[in-house]
Amino acid sequence: MEQFDTTTNAGQILAAASGGRRRAGDRIFSNLATVSAVTILLLLAGVAAFLFAEGLPAITAGADELPGGQSFVDYVAPLAFGTVLAAALASILAVPLAVAVALFITHIAPPKVALTLGYLVDLLAAVPSIVYGLWGIFVLGPAAVPVMQWLEENLGFIPFFEGPASATGRTMFVVGLVLAVMILPIVSAIAREAFSQTPRKLQEGAQALGATRWEMIRITVLPFGRSSIISGAMLGLGRALGETMAVTIILSVSGIVTFNLIGQSNPSTIAANIALDFPESSGLAINLLIATGLVLFAITLATNFLARWVISRQMTE
Amino acid sequence: MAPTLDKRAGVEPLPQPLTLGPSGFSGGNLPSWGQYAVVAGALAFSAAFLAALGSFSIGLMLALTVLVSCVGVYAWSRAVEGPRRAVDRAVTLSIAAAFGLAMIPLISLLFEVTKRGIPGLSAEFFTGDARGVIGGGGAQHAIVGTLVITGVAVVISVPIGIMAAIYLVEYGRGKLGRALTFFVDVMTGIPSIVAGLFAYALFELFFGPGIRLGVMGSVALSVLMIPIVIRSAEEVLKIVPNHLREASYALGTPKWKTIVKIVLPTAFAGLVTGVMLATARVIGETAPLLVTTGVIDSLNTDPFEGRMQNLAVFAYSEYRSPGVNKQEAYDLAWAAALTLIAIVMVLSIVARLVYRRYKTEIR
Repeated sequence: MEQFDTTTNAGQILAAASGGRRRAGDRIFSNLATVSAVTILLLLAGVAAFLFAEGLPAITAGADELPGGQSFVDYVAPLAFGTVLAAALASILAVPLAVAVALFITHIAPPKVALTLGYLVDLLAAVPSIVYGLWGIFVLGPAAVPVMQWLEENLGFIPFFEGPASATGRTMFVVGLVLAVMILPIVSAIAREAFSQTPRKLQEGAQALGATRWEMIRITVLPFGRSSIISGAMLGLGRALGETMAVTIILSVSGIVTFNLIGQSNPSTIAANIALDFPESSGLAINLLIATGLVLFAITLATNFLARWVISRQMTE
Repeated sequence: MAPTLDKRAGVEPLPQPLTLGPSGFSGGNLPSWGQYAVVAGALAFSAAFLAALGSFSIGLMLALTVLVSCVGVYAWSRAVEGPRRAVDRAVTLSIAAAFGLAMIPLISLLFEVTKRGIPGLSAEFFTGDARGVIGGGGAQHAIVGTLVITGVAVVISVPIGIMAAIYLVEYGRGKLGRALTFFVDVMTGIPSIVAGLFAYALFELFFGPGIRLGVMGSVALSVLMIPIVIRSAEEVLKIVPNHLREASYALGTPKWKTIVKIVLPTAFAGLVTGVMLATARVIGETAPLLVTTGVIDSLNTDPFEGRMQNLAVFAYSEYRSPGVNKQEAYDLAWAAALTLIAIVMVLSIVARLVYRRYKTEIR
């Protein structure tokens, strides 16, 4: 017998039984639901459309008309560089840790406390970004100063730690650390989901062959979760790209482009630049900031598209 | 037989034939307290070593402890149990240490926010505003603003989010449903500042440049909140068993009435939990409100008229422009941060309690 989709099917049979036409209540309700669905798609399209409409004057304006006397591309390029640098640093720091956290919760911690531990990690995601910003500038920044000095003295030959080390902790390095903490819960939640779905027979089979727990994880759990780790890392990257307040508060910015992570002057990020300048701007400066927002939107959208594509491809496999 | 299987699994051959039971596959076994003893010993060693060097710090001590105990456990276990179990123990220990490392920011953050936030909390914090005050003042206008802006955002997001979830679960099976699923996922990745810019651009078209309204903030928050509501609502509507729907249809109930009277009540606790968690997620947002609701020193309860303060932006502006008395302004910023964290924590804990207490048992 064919596999019927029971819910819609029953509805159709019912409609047929009542003379073939759907009742008024049904029509109204299903239209409401459809309208909501369409509204959401329109909303997303609207975000792109309105940003484009308001950003266009700045994109087409000549360099002499814009506030800084730079063309739009010259203005946005260092910001985009800073955005990508901060987000990449955060992902590099967060992903290995997030995988370890996910493994600990799914396979190492006693099952009884695992749920609570997972909840603790989720709490990290619930902390508002303004609080991360204050914590970063008042607590983590000062604590990181000796670490940055050590990095300058001992690893100063690497361009990243060229120095001179900042004495305040308002550096890209600290921003990367804070962003890493902020994206850790997202990456680890997705890894956790995949790890806990590793087929039991694979895991038990490995252990029955005499594998230790780590060998079992290495040959079954990690390969099974690999694409989830990749997509989780990209979602985390997307989150870090758009994170605003923590960067705005912590980073001491100037318009330069540098890979030096521990110095006093750092490239700003698109989001932080908007938050810093928007309240005091007017006229074409607003359009310029909205145009940079459009660039940020495009970057995060591309990252998310890619991540979701990886996930959906893996689900069909 | 065993060696061939081992080769396929990519591990070294077993040192000797398998024996049953937890005592594993090599002669000896560490005592059950072995690992803990190594960690304790490593801790004592690190503390003494650093104290002898004269550069003692808690961070350094913990790092050294982890390193020393991993090496120690590996060496001891390798001698007694063989290399494979030694690796297993060392890796397990490092993963546990990584989890501990991830917990340090959470503990430090909660501790510092509480410690630094309490001095700024006073009766005045909850009852006064900051109009015409030089240093000090209260945050009542910010607290009320947060509640109004978030409240309006909830009123916008919940109906549209839940209806869209109903569409996905009960109606949408074609192209629109698939597109919606995909784009809702994409929407969860919209940066919050972009949502704020969108709300500004939208309202600027109608009200002219420089517009700041409470409701603009609510629109921005809705863009962030709707996808979270849809995801969680879809999740709980999906687990309502089909036989409930079929029983209802069999009694001649129309589909819409089945959804309203059977499906939604069954999923009610889950829906409430989802909405509360989504609210907790957006109530602390700063960036979108910074560009839409503006900064103001006095109470405004009308989201459709004038600027509106809120806790997150209040904390930011107290930090950014502390005025003459820096410490007092920082105290206020931390107090606002503490209030926000408290609201978020209460929302997420109550949300989970609601679910546990009121969820419909489905067999």
